[in-house]
Amino acid sequence: MSRRVTIAYLLGLALLLAAPMFIYPILVMKVLCFALFACAFNLLLGYTGLLSFGHAVFLGGAAYVTGHALKVWELPTLVGLLAGTVAAAALGWVIGSLAIRRQGIYFAMVTLALAQMVYFLFLQAPFTGGEDGLQGVPRGTLFGLDLSVDINLYYLVLAIFAGSFWLIQRTIHSPFGQILKAIRENEPRAISLGYDVAKYKLLAFVLSAGLAGLAGATKTVVFKFATLTDAHWHTSGEVVLMTLLGGMGTVFGPVVGATVIVTLQNELADKVGSLVTVIMGAIFVICVLAFRRGIVGESLALYRRMIGQKAG
Amino acid sequence: MAEDCILETSGLVKEFRGFVAVNDVNLKVRRGHIHALIGPNGAGKTTCFNLLTKFLEPTRGQIRFNGIDITREAPQKIARRGIVRSFQISAVFPHLTVLENVRIALQRKLGTSFHFWKSDRGLNQLNDRAMELLTAVDLAGYADMVTVEMPYGRKRALEIATTLALDPELMLLDEPTQGMGHEDVHRVMELIKQVSANRTILMVEHNMKVVAGISDTLTVLARGSVLAEGPYAEVAANPLVIEAYMGTEASGLASIPANDDRPPGPLPGEGDDHGSLRSNSGGAG
Ligand SMILES: Nc1ncnc2c1ncn2[C@@H]1O[C@H](COP(=O)(O)OP(=O)(O)O)[C@@H](O)[C@H]1O
Ligand SMILES: [Mg+2]
Repeated sequence: MSRRVTIAYLLGLALLLAAPMFIYPILVMKVLCFALFACAFNLLLGYTGLLSFGHAVFLGGAAYVTGHALKVWELPTLVGLLAGTVAAAALGWVIGSLAIRRQGIYFAMVTLALAQMVYFLFLQAPFTGGEDGLQGVPRGTLFGLDLSVDINLYYLVLAIFAGSFWLIQRTIHSPFGQILKAIRENEPRAISLGYDVAKYKLLAFVLSAGLAGLAGATKTVVFKFATLTDAHWHTSGEVVLMTLLGGMGTVFGPVVGATVIVTLQNELADKVGSLVTVIMGAIFVICVLAFRRGIVGESLALYRRMIGQKAG
Repeated sequence: MAEDCILETSGLVKEFRGFVAVNDVNLKVRRGHIHALIGPNGAGKTTCFNLLTKFLEPTRGQIRFNGIDITREAPQKIARRGIVRSFQISAVFPHLTVLENVRIALQRKLGTSFHFWKSDRGLNQLNDRAMELLTAVDLAGYADMVTVEMPYGRKRALEIATTLALDPELMLLDEPTQGMGHEDVHRVMELIKQVSANRTILMVEHNMKVVAGISDTLTVLARGSVLAEGPYAEVAANPLVIEAYMGTEASGLASIPANDDRPPGPLPGEGDDHGSLRSNSGGAG
């Protein structure tokens, strides 16, 4: 990580450590889950140039697996979280292998189509509880700590988020990340230099799916249920919105985007009802038309302009 | 060794929905040569390159590299065998720095390219070699610049440095001097000559001064087929070539003007003697 990012990361971490004193921890945990989901998505869109339109299926799939592991198999919480993550990564490997054979909009279409098929499976399969979902998932304990106490769980969720965020940063600034950027910048050139780009894309896809899965698994433990909503294509659209609104290809953009969207939904849900969808749509249109680099991207650009003016 | 062929195609054909872009091409590239591929726009030169590097699948025919049949291999595999190409449209990584561009090419040999858990600081060990390559193409002063901000001619030079980073046995250059000013053309020509010392070069080139100045062998392609092949003087005197280029038998390839910034395209037929074989021996005047 660059120095500035490290400082921002540590500042954010300090804020989050203190957050439950001021904000309802469940809300912050929800924000953190979606922030992780958006960061995982950004790894693929912002740093590899691949637009997946089926990412909710990894969030939802992991949510079910973790829910099942904790409720039916009564496994320890950490093992349940791990099971969800691994399952999402495996599903990512299958969907990714099929999708990376196509480029651009066709890639997005394939991910959407496959995600819809898996969604249908979730709807029909007995272990998901169909329309009702999996209810009453136990949170369990961690090293003797009772996770059904919100504040205990909060620090576990924060650790998961901080660790994953660090891993994503490391991936972006790794030898592997360097090749991902090369592929995003000029795929034929990367091939002509001897890189098997399909393998790099697939690994990026699996990492992204696995981390999206970890977000879904964590969400199940927080809310004690897993439902079809998590796997629905609406959620796939939402993560695109969060990433674009915050600033795709920026480090903190997805976190900011997820915070804004989740908070808005939370605030507006009981006030305007189903109008929420319309408001989200409007935000999306304004974002695409007026500030394409997103909140973080535009702020950085503004900051650089101001620095430039001072220097000039 | 004189007959040693590094690359050989037999009966190479590429059809695009019935349109034959490359028609029964039998190409022999000799080891150590600078082999130029010329021909009017649309003759199929770039398509040929795409076939040789497997960016396109041949409809028919065979490609052999060092005697090995590579017709069915994947493009990245071809690159790893030592055939590295450049592109007609400048192929750089625009939002990476100039140094990073070259480093991407060097990085594969480290074997850490899938290591997502490692810091990219480990790549700094490649910086010295990358700087050497940049110095060779006169770009050392640009190392930290974001590539997109460099002038066009410099980007082409960077492309050559990146290609060289792989130390390819066979280098394929698609119009390396296209769109360059007089000075840049001369520099790139000298550079190609210099790097050809221990490798083979196959290049598409429109600038006759460059072709006459540095190529050992010349293949003329027209409408997908090979029209003539041989040393420059021989090919330039071939009536078929003269006709394809001029549409007339009155003037020859020897009378083609060789202005450095001439746009690519069918060669014009003005009777200016500036670019003739004789007046070309002195390089850029
Ligand atoms: N992908 C493609 N699909 C259809 N036609 C193509 C394709 N690529 C090249 N062509 C056609 O093949 C012919 C040769 O093109 P090209 O190899 O680019 O010529 P050159 O490089 O000699 O100028 C042209 O008529 C071009 O339109
Ligand atoms: Mg061409």
